[in-house]
Amino acid sequence: MKKQLLTILMSVVPTVTLAAGGGVHLDDAPIDIADMESVKRGAKHFVDYCLSCHEASYMRYNRIAMDTGMSDGELRENLIFTTNEKGEPTKVGSLMKVAMTDEYAKKAFGTEVPDLTLSARARGADWLYTYLRTFYVDPDRPTGMNNLVFPDVSMPNVLGSLQGLQKAVYKTETRQGVEVETVDKLELAQPGTMTAEEFDAFVADLVNFMVYLGEPVQNERRSLGIKVLIFLVIFGVLAYLLKKEYWKDVH
Amino acid sequence: MLVIQIVSGIFLVMHYKPDAEMAFASVEYIMRDVPYGWLIRYMHSTGATAFFVVVYLHMLRALMYGSYKKPRELIWLFGMFIYLVLMAEAFMGYLLPWGQMSYWGAQVIISLFGAIPVIGDELTLWIRGDYVISDATLNRFFSLHVIALPLVLLFLVVAHILALHEVGSNNPDGVEIKKNKDENGIPLDGIPFHPYYTVKDIVGVVVFLFFFATVLFFFPDGGGYLLEHANFVASDPLKTPEHIAPVWYFTPFYAILRAVPDKLLGVGAMGAAIVLLFFMPWIDRCKVRSIRYRSNIYKINLAMFVVSFVVLGWLAMQHVTATITLLSQVFSLLYFAFFVVLFITSKNEKTKPVPDRVT
Repeated sequence: MKKQLLTILMSVVPTVTLAAGGGVHLDDAPIDIADMESVKRGAKHFVDYCLSCHEASYMRYNRIAMDTGMSDGELRENLIFTTNEKGEPTKVGSLMKVAMTDEYAKKAFGTEVPDLTLSARARGADWLYTYLRTFYVDPDRPTGMNNLVFPDVSMPNVLGSLQGLQKAVYKTETRQGVEVETVDKLELAQPGTMTAEEFDAFVADLVNFMVYLGEPVQNERRSLGIKVLIFLVIFGVLAYLLKKEYWKDVH
Repeated sequence: MLVIQIVSGIFLVMHYKPDAEMAFASVEYIMRDVPYGWLIRYMHSTGATAFFVVVYLHMLRALMYGSYKKPRELIWLFGMFIYLVLMAEAFMGYLLPWGQMSYWGAQVIISLFGAIPVIGDELTLWIRGDYVISDATLNRFFSLHVIALPLVLLFLVVAHILALHEVGSNNPDGVEIKKNKDENGIPLDGIPFHPYYTVKDIVGVVVFLFFFATVLFFFPDGGGYLLEHANFVASDPLKTPEHIAPVWYFTPFYAILRAVPDKLLGVGAMGAAIVLLFFMPWIDRCKVRSIRYRSNIYKINLAMFVVSFVVLGWLAMQHVTATITLLSQVFSLLYFAFFVVLFITSKNEKTKPVPDRVT
C-alpha cells in the first residue's frame, strides 16, 4: 500500500500504471512430473536458456542423466557445454554452476542472479509458468521489458525471440478512490519463432524440469510411499486381530 | 517419536555442516547426494510435527480425564517441562536449515527477549552471541539442539515415567485401581501391561505410522505449513520475507503475542498462556477426575479452550488485518477465560457419582 501511494505521489503523470503485485492470476502449469521425456526436454531448454546466468548449484549434471536414463555421452552431448578453470570440459559429476560472479551480475543486472535449484519449491510451478509467459514491452524499464507476475523484474526477456514481443492493453480502474491504469491483458505485437501453443508447451517442459530440479527424488519418494502404506495396512490388520484375540477375556 | 527424532537426527548430523556459509547447501546435499538422505531428512522434519501432534493429544487426554490431579501432580509437572524443552528444541532445530524462514523466524523470536526491561538488549545479545543472527548463533543452536536439549529431554522423560510408576496410570473412569486388590495384592481392575497393552499399542502405533508415512511420502512440505516455501531460499540478512509465521505448533501462542498491542505485555501474555498450564493441578479444584462424571460447565469450558487454541493457531498464520487482530484478542481472552472459569466453578462443581470400580 505504502509503495503504491509513494508511486502515485512521485509520478508526474495524473494516472499511473500499476502492475498488479501479489494478486495477479496465475495460470495452472500443465506439467506431469512422472513424464521423464518432458523433464529431459526441459533440461535441454534450461541449459540453453537459463544456465548461462542462473546456477543450479545444488544439483549435479549426472543426476539428471541418472533419473532420465541418459548415458554420460548423451549427457555431454546435450547438456554440458562449459569448461572448468583449466579449460577441460566440465565433469559429468559437477554441480551445475555458472562462472558469473555476483559482482558482475550486480553491474550487469543491478542485482544478484538467484539460484534456480529450489525456485519451484519456493515459488511454485504455477508462478514460474505464468511468470515466464507474461513479459511485456515497457520502455520505462532498463531492459525494455516488464513482467505481470514480478513487476519491475531485472531479468531480461530471455525467451522473447521464441515467444515474440507482447504488449500490454491497459484499462482504467478506481482503487480506493484513485484512478489507476492496470494491465488488462497482453497481446502479441510481434510474433516470435514459435506459435503460442508451441511456446506454452516449451515453457511447460521447462517448468516441469524445474519442479523435478527442486526435488529430484520425488517420483521415487511417492513410489516408495505406496509400498510403505500397503505394508502398514497389512501389518495393521494383523496387529488388530492379535489385539482382539488377547483382549477377548477382558471386559 | 523421541526415538525416531534421535535416530534420524544422528544420521543427519553425520552430513550436516553447522556453518553459515555451508548449512543451507549441506541440507540440499543430504536431499540429493546422500543415499536415502531425503528419507531421513523428511522423517526428521515430519517427525517434529508428529511429535507435537502426539504431545498435544496426550495433553488433551490428561485434561479430559483429570490425569494431572492428585496424586499425579508431579507427572503433570514433568510433562509440562518436557513440553517446554520440546518447544526450545524445535525452535533451535528450525534455525539449522538456514533458510529465509529459519533466519527471520529466529530473529523475531529472539527479539522478544528484548522486550524485557533493563536486561533485554544485553540478553538478546547474549543469546545470539552477535548483534544479528549469525554463524555464532547457528553454532550454539546446533550444539544445544543436538546435545544439551536432547539430554535434558531424555532425563525428563525418565522422570515422567518414574513418577508414573510411583502412582500408576489413570483411566477414563478416573478410578484408583489400586484401592481394590485381591489376596495376592494385584489390583482387581488392572490388567498387566504385557501382553495386553503391548499388543494394543502396536495397533495404535501402526495407525499413527500410517498417517505419518502419508505426510512423509506424499506431502512432506505440508502445503507450505511444515516446510515453508520461503525456507527454500537461503537466508539473506538483507531481505525480509513478506510474511513471517512460526511453524504451526507455536502459532497459538504467537497469536496471543500479536493480539496484545504492547510488546512487553504481549510477551507476558504469551508466557502466562504456557505457565498457567503448569498450575492446572491447583487451578482445577474439583475432586472428580474424569470428564465422564463432571458437570456440563466443565465440558463446555474445555471445549471452548480447545476451540480457542485451534482458532488462535489458525489466526497466527494470517496476514495482520484489523479483523484478524480483533479475532485474536477475542480468542486470547477465551483462552485465558478457561483457567478463570475453571478456578471459580471447579470447587463446588456439581458432579455425577463416581463408581468405585472401573465400569
